[in-house]
Amino acid sequence: MTGEPLLEVRDLKVSFRTEDGLVRAVDGVSLSLSPGETLGIVGESGSGKSVTMMSVMRLITDPNARFEGEVLYKGRDLMKLGQDQIREVRGAGIAMIFQDPMTSLNPVYRVGWQIEEQIREHEKISKQAAHARAIELLTAVGIPQAADRVRDYPHQFSGGMRQRVMIAMALSCNPDILIADEPTTALDVTIQAQILNLIRKLRDDFGTAVVLITHDMGVVADLADRIAVMYAGRIIEQGSRRDVFYDAQHPYTWGLLGSIARLDRPKPRRLAAIPGLPPSLLRLPPGCAFGERCAHRFALCDERPELRDKVGDGHLDACHLELKQKQDLRETTIHPELIEEAT
Amino acid sequence: MLTFIVRRVLWTVLVMFVITVVVFIIFFKTPGVDPARALAGRSPNAQTLAEIRAQLGLNRPFPIEYGIMMKKIFITRDLVSYSNQGVKVIPEIGQAAPATLSLVFGAAALWVVLAIAVGIAAALLRGTIFDPLLMVVALVGISAPVFWVGQMANMVSQGIGHSTFLFSWVPPLGYTPFTQDPLLWFKGLVIPWITLSILYIGFYGRVLRANLLETQNEDYIRTARAKGLTERRVLLRHNLRTSMITFVSLFGLDFGALVAGSTLLTEVVFGIHGVGYLTWQALTNLDLPTIMATTVYGAFFIVLVNAVVDIAYAWLDPRIRPT
Repeated sequence: MTGEPLLEVRDLKVSFRTEDGLVRAVDGVSLSLSPGETLGIVGESGSGKSVTMMSVMRLITDPNARFEGEVLYKGRDLMKLGQDQIREVRGAGIAMIFQDPMTSLNPVYRVGWQIEEQIREHEKISKQAAHARAIELLTAVGIPQAADRVRDYPHQFSGGMRQRVMIAMALSCNPDILIADEPTTALDVTIQAQILNLIRKLRDDFGTAVVLITHDMGVVADLADRIAVMYAGRIIEQGSRRDVFYDAQHPYTWGLLGSIARLDRPKPRRLAAIPGLPPSLLRLPPGCAFGERCAHRFALCDERPELRDKVGDGHLDACHLELKQKQDLRETTIHPELIEEAT
Repeated sequence: MLTFIVRRVLWTVLVMFVITVVVFIIFFKTPGVDPARALAGRSPNAQTLAEIRAQLGLNRPFPIEYGIMMKKIFITRDLVSYSNQGVKVIPEIGQAAPATLSLVFGAAALWVVLAIAVGIAAALLRGTIFDPLLMVVALVGISAPVFWVGQMANMVSQGIGHSTFLFSWVPPLGYTPFTQDPLLWFKGLVIPWITLSILYIGFYGRVLRANLLETQNEDYIRTARAKGLTERRVLLRHNLRTSMITFVSLFGLDFGALVAGSTLLTEVVFGIHGVGYLTWQALTNLDLPTIMATTVYGAFFIVLVNAVVDIAYAWLDPRIRPT
């Protein structure tokens, strides 16, 4: 990574006051994103990946939410900006697309109108020019007959097409960063690949940095430059795509990797699953949050492990195991069928 | 959109036809109801009854009888009241309608504006003490019966308060046509407007608040924020716009019913001789032609307003538009 990071999250903590107690949704997350880079944030539901990025955009309106930490974007702390200033960043500097394209567009307005609305909010531009730009954008995201379809309503589009509209809208003001929150989760598998290819193509054409939030390792596998794995509100491993896929350091990451159906290996009788459930965010264990589900737990795991660079090349992980131990345990954890074959 | 409107209008005509048939059967053909007998006075002889029947066209077959009634209502407009011999019913309704329309339109304008204000205010002030406070006030408004509020208002504005500067401008009870004296028309209607709209402000305010809060959690509201729109724009263009769909459909029902004569209580309390007042009188005398005519008039407005609402609804929500 070269130069100043475009976006830097420093020790972000987000908690929600609820009737049952304090929910620590994000518990000290630090991230950085360079211009043009693609960062994948992986984790299961409730791991805090969406909340982290929604907090960056200051989109969490829950009055019971509490925020700590810094979010530096171009040298400004977004957490301290006033409403008007954060509005200028939203949509123009950092744009976001969401999981469910079926409900993310306002059903009562034409898609063109919704795109133009965003352009006109951020730029002094005539209606005609904004309209022309909307058509251009829809064409760029691969919507056929964009000049006609710009006058259609969201319900006249399929799910994949709506996600394309969302992407067109997000890119309408040439943002530096595109946050894609599970952009393919609600779509058919065939459409997923199309949308991911589209994001990749636009990233390359526009030079936009992308934060890709997903629970699907397959999604980040060929799109992300760097990957952060989140678990129970914390990042437990972070490194280049290569590091995370081929030199994973955290047993949770091993579990995720093991649960992928792969074509390049003998077919296991059944896919490996991580036993148990993530801990309640109301009562996080004092030690390693993954401890209860980890097959390699030992005494030290009752202390909370820090996210540290143990490998020594910017590859961070939060696990007490020694490097050597990990190397011994990794293969059999990811591919338990190897043991079965041996016996 | 045009075919939608045409279809809707044709449908309206059909509904009107069915309503008039049903009403006619209820009032003129129910066993035990004999309009001729009611008119003939005490212990009439058979000849008188037959004469009256012939005069009213009640001795003809049912479809023809119905046809005569419709002709008298819609074409010749010379349907005559049974209890006030010689009074033509249709012109009477024509005279009463402006009073009712004045009352309802004014009250509706008041309640739409204030209910939107109350709904938005409560939704914005959610989490503060003012939201539940507003909702309790709205509930009180819904619960206060219109005749009681009207009587109280009369007691204060006509009685004890009339000598003070607050209410000295209030004219005596009754309705002054707009064409006669616009200022007096306005002054005379202010208190009835407020009285009639209180219930609806409370009710619509609560409905709108609920809808606004529900819509607030929709994904597209989050998208609107993520686009960098102002909170004001998110609220008015995205949240309020979609929340108005329920509001508008309810409004159609209530507005239609009020124009049709549900203003009865308000009209009686304030001595406004509108359609509700007329219906009430006709009911106490069992004056069948008047009841028939006011029912048809009422049905006509309900159906008409609903047609308008359906068209407005299609405008508000493109998803229900025919493609």
